[in-house]
Amino acid sequence: MHYLPNIIFALALVVGVGFFVRNIKKLTRNIKLGKAVDVSNDKSTRLKNMTRIALGQSKMVVRPVAGFLHVIVYVGFIIINIEVLEIIIDGLFGTHRIFAFMGGFYDFLIGSFEILAFLVIVAVVIFWLRRNVIRIQRFLKPEMKGWPKKDGNLILYIELVLMFLFLTMNAVDLQLQELGAAHYVKAGAYPISQFIAPLFDSVGESTLVIFERTAWWLHILGILFFLNYLYYSKHLHILLAFPNTYYGRVNPQGEFSNLDAVTKEVKLMMDPSADPFAATTEEPEGEPEKFGASDVMDLNWVQLLNAYTCTECGRCTSECPANQTGKKLSPRKIMMDTRDRLEEVGANIDANNGEFVPDGKQLLDDYITKEELWACTTCNACVQACPVSIDPLSIIVEMRRYLVMEQSAAPMELNNMMSNIENNGAPWPYNQMDRLNWVNE
Amino acid sequence: MSEQLKVKTMEQFMAEGKQPEILFWVGSAGSYDDRAKKISRAFVKLLNKANVDFAVLGPEESSTGDVAKRAGNEFLFQMQAMMNIELLNGYEIKRIVTCDPHSFNTLKNEYPGLGGKYDVIHHTQYLKELLDSGRLVVEGSEYKGKRITFHDPCYLGRANNVYEAPREVLKKTNADLVEMKRHKQTALCCGAGGAQMFKEPEKGDMDINILRTKDALETKPNIIATGCPYCNTMMTDGIKAHEKEDTVTVLDVAELLANSL
Repeated sequence: MHYLPNIIFALALVVGVGFFVRNIKKLTRNIKLGKAVDVSNDKSTRLKNMTRIALGQSKMVVRPVAGFLHVIVYVGFIIINIEVLEIIIDGLFGTHRIFAFMGGFYDFLIGSFEILAFLVIVAVVIFWLRRNVIRIQRFLKPEMKGWPKKDGNLILYIELVLMFLFLTMNAVDLQLQELGAAHYVKAGAYPISQFIAPLFDSVGESTLVIFERTAWWLHILGILFFLNYLYYSKHLHILLAFPNTYYGRVNPQGEFSNLDAVTKEVKLMMDPSADPFAATTEEPEGEPEKFGASDVMDLNWVQLLNAYTCTECGRCTSECPANQTGKKLSPRKIMMDTRDRLEEVGANIDANNGEFVPDGKQLLDDYITKEELWACTTCNACVQACPVSIDPLSIIVEMRRYLVMEQSAAPMELNNMMSNIENNGAPWPYNQMDRLNWVNE
Repeated sequence: MSEQLKVKTMEQFMAEGKQPEILFWVGSAGSYDDRAKKISRAFVKLLNKANVDFAVLGPEESSTGDVAKRAGNEFLFQMQAMMNIELLNGYEIKRIVTCDPHSFNTLKNEYPGLGGKYDVIHHTQYLKELLDSGRLVVEGSEYKGKRITFHDPCYLGRANNVYEAPREVLKKTNADLVEMKRHKQTALCCGAGGAQMFKEPEKGDMDINILRTKDALETKPNIIATGCPYCNTMMTDGIKAHEKEDTVTVLDVAELLANSL
């Protein structure tokens, strides 16, 4: 019976981590539904991007208020997690504050965790006010109604509760240390929780132990819960920001991919020595390659990783010229739709023994409308604004490609423009022989 | 404009057995659009002044296919690109300058993958080069005391990180350069990109160019400078919509420099 807490702890840890691993596997499988894309080039730039943008938060601080608050929560999250290591060891081996032997350094660690925890609480409260009281525009767009809004607040509540549990645990521990209770070694500095400790002044030792244990357990179980909440929330960015910035764009933002499948066909058409009849025999078996994207499987895996990484901050949408002028297009919605459809496809695969069964739906029309796609000016403001290197523009272009090349569904004016280019090499109906007239006008 | 411009085609260079210093890619707008043609003329005036031995393709030039690509017609884009590349490679072109950031972007970034590798620069970068090397010298002070605000074209700025060259050239005109609140990386699009130039905008509560000219007008400028024929059209229309065409003019960096010499 003596080892019961250790066993329960080990079980909780195994279940918590196991469930998390299961979700990560599902996540990876879903991302791999995307097409292959070559990301092997320019490793040093990629590493630099990841270090600067994800680790260094360089694009977060472009907006100083949100950026500064985010850095606090980010640093707090990483550093306070060192404490989790101690909690896990204590939990598994029935020890208490196993790192206490570090003496002054331990005091410094616990003291800094406490100050960070306090700052995180302040930042989280301001974040909540920005979302719910100050009502910052980008958090109120139509795509934020319902679950996305709840999700955003829920994350803030969980973080708040975790920080309070951490501080309460320390406050009661401090009381027990001062009472000289057995197992409660005198260790650590408590710059914040010393102000909470007086709340427990009149509480007896045995009750204090119950409080301390309760806070300790709820804190670690809360962390395990949060870890597993990630997959169901927009909060995955805390993990995926790193691979996403690594695999993000290294070429100039203006460079759009050249479709290889098209290159092959165009070369064949332009090669005077090509035998038009030979081509058909060389055609590989199966369906011909589809141009552009109408569903998530037509996108590449980095674009799908982008979708899971999006934390719905809406900086893209607030910079989008189409959105600012009241058009339906919202780059954030493009990412959210991509993820929602990908999740739907993933659930379909799970329900059908690993095989996707067509469900009569697709990303185009069922999630993203043509009206949204045609409103884009390809100005790259969304790409520039994203703090974690997400590229909504590439998805928009891929879907336009499908509309134009597979469905011939471009707006009429654009069809006119394109037939002008085909006929006389300019988007306007002018004679190519008149190209130099401007010299003498 | 009655001034005679000296313009030679690549065909003429070939006939003489010579290579030009640089090829001027005029682009479809620069060739046919009435407003943009003036920009082409101003730029050539500067090239003539600096004694640059340049060529144009003339009737052999064809659309880069950029606008087709942005519209999603990759097929048409690559057809255009391959035709142009065949021509450019046949002439052994090494260096290209263009007044159109869209041509600049596609020639520089998207042609190499299809076999067209050239040193491509925007005309504001080339003008800076000519000024730095002393081939062009500003003597006039046409714009002294005038307030000029520069609108960053998306395909020059965010797309290719060229922010300083146009500003450096503008500074040479002795004008007062004033920045809009959103400029460089955060500049708002004029509304023409992504093939929007050729279609009606989707339903909304404002046109993008109206919003962008509002940004510009907040700086109380005498002149809005651009480096893109499409931005020029959009900003000019925007100024008209704000009924400011009597007090504010929209000019290309090349025109401003040409008037300053």
